[in-house]
Amino acid sequence: MELRPAKARLAQGHAERLGILGTGLHVDAAWRRWMLMSVGPLALFAIWYVAHEQAWVTQRLLPSPVRTLQSIWTNMTQGGMGEDFLRTLWRTLQSFGIAAVFGVPLGIVVGANAKIYRSIEFLVDFFRSTPATAMFPLFMILFGLGDFAKIAIAAFAAWLVILFNVAYGVMNARQTRILAARVMGASRLRIFRDVLFYECLPQTFVGLRTAVSLALVVIVVAEMFIGGDDGLGKRIIDSQITFDMPQLYGTILVSGVLGYGLNLVFLTLETRLVHWAGRS
Amino acid sequence: MADLTWFTPGTHITVRGLRKSFGGNPVYVGFDIDLPKGRIVSVFGPNGCGKSTFINMVAGLLPFDGGEILFEGKTIRETRIGYVFQNYREALFPWQRALDNIHYPLKLMGVPRAERNRRIEELVAGFDLKFDLHRYPYELSGGQQQTVSIMRSLVIEPEVLFLDEPFSALDYEMTLIMRDQLQKVLIARGTTAVLVSHDLEEAIYLADKLLLLTRRPSRIAEFLDIPLPRPRSPATLTDTEFVRIKAHALEVFQTAVRGS
Repeated sequence: MELRPAKARLAQGHAERLGILGTGLHVDAAWRRWMLMSVGPLALFAIWYVAHEQAWVTQRLLPSPVRTLQSIWTNMTQGGMGEDFLRTLWRTLQSFGIAAVFGVPLGIVVGANAKIYRSIEFLVDFFRSTPATAMFPLFMILFGLGDFAKIAIAAFAAWLVILFNVAYGVMNARQTRILAARVMGASRLRIFRDVLFYECLPQTFVGLRTAVSLALVVIVVAEMFIGGDDGLGKRIIDSQITFDMPQLYGTILVSGVLGYGLNLVFLTLETRLVHWAGRS
Repeated sequence: MADLTWFTPGTHITVRGLRKSFGGNPVYVGFDIDLPKGRIVSVFGPNGCGKSTFINMVAGLLPFDGGEILFEGKTIRETRIGYVFQNYREALFPWQRALDNIHYPLKLMGVPRAERNRRIEELVAGFDLKFDLHRYPYELSGGQQQTVSIMRSLVIEPEVLFLDEPFSALDYEMTLIMRDQLQKVLIARGTTAVLVSHDLEEAIYLADKLLLLTRRPSRIAEFLDIPLPRPRSPATLTDTEFVRIKAHALEVFQTAVRGS
């Protein structure tokens, strides 16, 4: 639930833009929030530093945080880590894009039709619960060892999450709103376009956000185990093989930055585009 | 069955032989009534007697098992209606500003923008608004949201307006204000209105005619005239005639609760 504070913060930002909160206090409050938020990360680095200095853990396994950050810097500037970062990001976005293009319309159709939903509910739940990694060998046989196998498997996993969430959003549309539109003379198509679409948007965004995180996980793992020569996953596995511990720790941190960043982008989009979520 | 395309002058809604049951439980077994044109009719009765069922069937939101409902000889499809829901929070579109919510039914009717603006301006003039229509529904209070909801239903100049317990989610102070607002607008426009209320005081205060229903299967316990002068004000509530009507209606209601 590390998403909570970020979401609350964005919601507050939105409130400030709307002029709900005063502006006099919030500079000070924002500053204090940042201070508080940096306590955890700083403490982690401090403990890491001391643990390394005091050799609580053998130094071969735990490089100092300074060396780790240095390794990120050198890898970024001359070691091709930036390239790997972009490759992983690009693969994640491709699989996410495929998942969204197929997941959203299908989710709407499935959610709007109780019979279709009931007949595929078990399948969706089953494959959603099946670890995507268990299907690696199958996808390797089907799609080979190239980029497409990695993207396909991540897209598959993300697609199910999106499909499920969109369908759920449509099914839970407020009946009163649909009735209201009907009384006003809206056709089925207009109800679909003007009411159901917006009604399912909040849940759709939950699905999209979960899906992009899942796609990243699957892509990184795929880069480790399905052949290939770039990507953060590949760099992590290479660091392990060559026992380059600073690079291993550094790449893990960079992967974290990527995951967190994607989440933040989606949360921002969500609070901007679905401003009514949870408030109506 | 009588030919309903013929209707008594002054009658707007003609209901004949209305039948409805839920899972084998009859709620209406051959219900007949004439609702007058340009008047406000309140529907009141014991819990679960089918007050909301009645207006939902008349408004075309709920199918019925048998019988006929006509509006000056026309069907519901040929009639322009407005409907105000009890739950304004779930009836308004939170993704649109209040103003766009009011625009929406006109857009559905294909009214051009300039004409829409003109009509809404005219509508706003009849209301005593103390809030900004450019806000989103969730930024407004309950009373303000229900006001928007009422405006949305009135902007198309409906022939009939249905209101299902419109003020029951509001506090008493707001209810008093909203009643007067609604009375003022409906009288000014001469719209036929059918209001369901679970509050006898409110039902009488707003109505020209009070329809008292029995327990299910619902029959007419009494269809009372409310000859109190308009405009009514909170002082009306202590008027001797008001008090007399209320006492009588309460007696009918209690008989209806005990009876059948």
